[in-house]
Amino acid sequence: MKKIVFIFLALVMMFSLVACDGGADTSKDVSGDVSADTSVSFPAEPMTYAEYIAAPVDAPVYVETYVQGHQSWWDNKITVYCQSEDGGIFLYELACTEEDAAKLTKGTKIAVKGYKATFNGEVEIVDGTFTFVEGGDTFVAEALDVTNLLGTEDMEKHQNEFVSFKGMTVNKIEYKNGEPGDDIYVTLDKDGKSYSFCVEIYLTGKDSDVYTTVGTLEAGDVVDVEAFLYWYEGMNPHITSVKANG
Amino acid sequence: MKRILSLAFVLCLLLPLCSCHGKMQTTTFELPESFNESKSYEISFWAKNDTNMTQVAIYKKAIEDFEKLYPNIKVNLRLYTDYGKIYQDVITNIGTGTTPNVCITYPDHIATYLTGEETVVPLDELFDHEKYGLGGSEVKFDSPSREEIVPKFLDECEFGGHYYAVPYMRSTEACYVNKTYVEKLGFTLPETLTWDFVWEVSEAAMKKDENGNYLVNGQKVLIPFIYKSTDNMMIQMLAQKGAGYSTARGEIKLFNDTTGSILSEIATHSKSGAFNTFKLIGYPANYLNAGQCIFAIDSTGGATWMGCDAPLVDIAEENLVEFETAVMPIPQYDADSPKMISQGPSMCVFNREDTDEVIASWLFCQYMLTNEVQIAYSQTEGYAPVTTKAQKSDEYVDYLSRAGEDDDFYYRVKIEATKLLLDNTENTFVTPVFNGSTSLRNAAGQLIESVNKSVRRGQAVNDGYLESLYSEMTSLYRLDQTAETLGRLPTESILLICALALCWLGMGVYVVLNKIKRKN
Repeated sequence: MKKIVFIFLALVMMFSLVACDGGADTSKDVSGDVSADTSVSFPAEPMTYAEYIAAPVDAPVYVETYVQGHQSWWDNKITVYCQSEDGGIFLYELACTEEDAAKLTKGTKIAVKGYKATFNGEVEIVDGTFTFVEGGDTFVAEALDVTNLLGTEDMEKHQNEFVSFKGMTVNKIEYKNGEPGDDIYVTLDKDGKSYSFCVEIYLTGKDSDVYTTVGTLEAGDVVDVEAFLYWYEGMNPHITSVKANG
Repeated sequence: MKRILSLAFVLCLLLPLCSCHGKMQTTTFELPESFNESKSYEISFWAKNDTNMTQVAIYKKAIEDFEKLYPNIKVNLRLYTDYGKIYQDVITNIGTGTTPNVCITYPDHIATYLTGEETVVPLDELFDHEKYGLGGSEVKFDSPSREEIVPKFLDECEFGGHYYAVPYMRSTEACYVNKTYVEKLGFTLPETLTWDFVWEVSEAAMKKDENGNYLVNGQKVLIPFIYKSTDNMMIQMLAQKGAGYSTARGEIKLFNDTTGSILSEIATHSKSGAFNTFKLIGYPANYLNAGQCIFAIDSTGGATWMGCDAPLVDIAEENLVEFETAVMPIPQYDADSPKMISQGPSMCVFNREDTDEVIASWLFCQYMLTNEVQIAYSQTEGYAPVTTKAQKSDEYVDYLSRAGEDDDFYYRVKIEATKLLLDNTENTFVTPVFNGSTSLRNAAGQLIESVNKSVRRGQAVNDGYLESLYSEMTSLYRLDQTAETLGRLPTESILLICALALCWLGMGVYVVLNKIKRKN
């Protein structure tokens, strides 16, 4: 009899411990996009840069390009700054595993399928997927000096390219949050006009030289800047380096 | 031996009862009798601002003033511009035991925090604490009483049978309308905006001239109707139609026929180009202010960006277009029974082993409800203070009466947006909070985003599409795992119930056998 009772007890304890396993968040917040229809047809061959630029907004696009930089990976997505000899391409929240993100080094050639979009003026590819081009060459863009294009319509032709601005005078440095730890909004002047720049924290990180250096700039300082020519209601370059002019 | 056996039985029967807790755990926080003011405390406060430096300054001043009253409490501020980032950081820090003491957050997010062990302090007893509760005798500032917190807003912070937060600010959504263009198109704004009206005007605005310019604005770009937060859009449309979204306990009702008809309607207007969303094209305010949008729906908490005279503008001055901005409640299906979302930040207190530290955190939380903080912060945007004490104060009433005196502090659009909420507080609602409600909200918005994108990319939105979309959403957001309290019991629970039954049966058999033995 006692044996039976002990078996009961053991069973009850065992099941109780199993039942104690509640509490895990089974509805982990995930984000991402889905497409309920897989019938969309992408171009069979990679488009030329000119074809990509000519494609209308919302069109499926297929391009080959080279990684020049990227923002931090998060939740199986990564935002990448790309450029080929012909021009720059911004890939917003490209689907990407953490393992692949580590391989997106500067110069790496990738093939991207996604949809063309514009976000407050920024031309980009969204909802994209990519593959590494096996045996592909590499390309690392030299910063193109676009200082003389400031204030002209020609600047937009270089959207998303890696560019430089020489002899810019610091007008204002503002942390997005009012203190270090988030983006830095940078206003630089040239020839009496002001231009908006940004140190995008997801691109540079808050411990990088550029983040620290920009944080120490003061109004009146004259600097040379390298940046990806991002667009937000006009040019809003994402700064990658800054140094004293001259 | 029999005694030991009996004791073991009792213990075993108690153990299953202990394991019957739900996912929304209660904390073991115990209210101390008094607060030790001779001891120093350092508490962390994670706060969100709308990229608005005035709000940052108000937080800093509140901390400074609080620290003067309580020199033994130091408050360390950490600023965010995104609720989602606070949520992510809190989740990360729950794992390492380094949560903030006080944090600005949404109730939906708190429901997830509560899945951690004793993470968030239930505030019920703290509210009513004679000395340190709301309006308590030992509180060193003019704290509002419980009755002075707008009941509707306070109720939004109760879930799982406890208050886990206090409201900090409240907002709703407003439709910022380019009235000039509406009238140019031959329409007159009705007293209550309806969906039919917005769709009709939006479609009418799509006419172009022979050069491809839209007739109403003479520009190549026009998106007549832009919605910022598509999760709110779907939630409010469903609520207005009385359709399902979720039950209070987390059963998912989102995928229903009404949702399908709403999505089909939206698809029509996405296809014509009359409708688009923030996620796909950018901030509605920028299009509105450039004369490229007629109906822009965004939070009242973003009112200072709306209108060509707005104090905060992101577009170049030469792109601003002159027009009259009307501030209206979001469109309705039933004009006689308006319904709109209640949103805005709340504050929660995280648990600590040192109960005095919790009291210090709670006192700071309360300080954020004083008139000084409530009125100052609400004036930065189209927010409403959460206490009647602040709402009815002379200072605040005077502020509201001076709408339009300038385009800065008394910016008309901002104050009208605030009044919109104050006038419609009783018409506001919130969605049920449960572990997984954040995912459901995201899924609701994603339905609209997906349809909007698909239509533009040439895909057909039909029954098959919707069925497939619902299935993908359920899987992506794990919505089949949220309604844990309903439906078929998990295997472990079934086994537990069986074990209990066996146990009682065993006890019965044991007692009967014992009696038989004694008789023999």
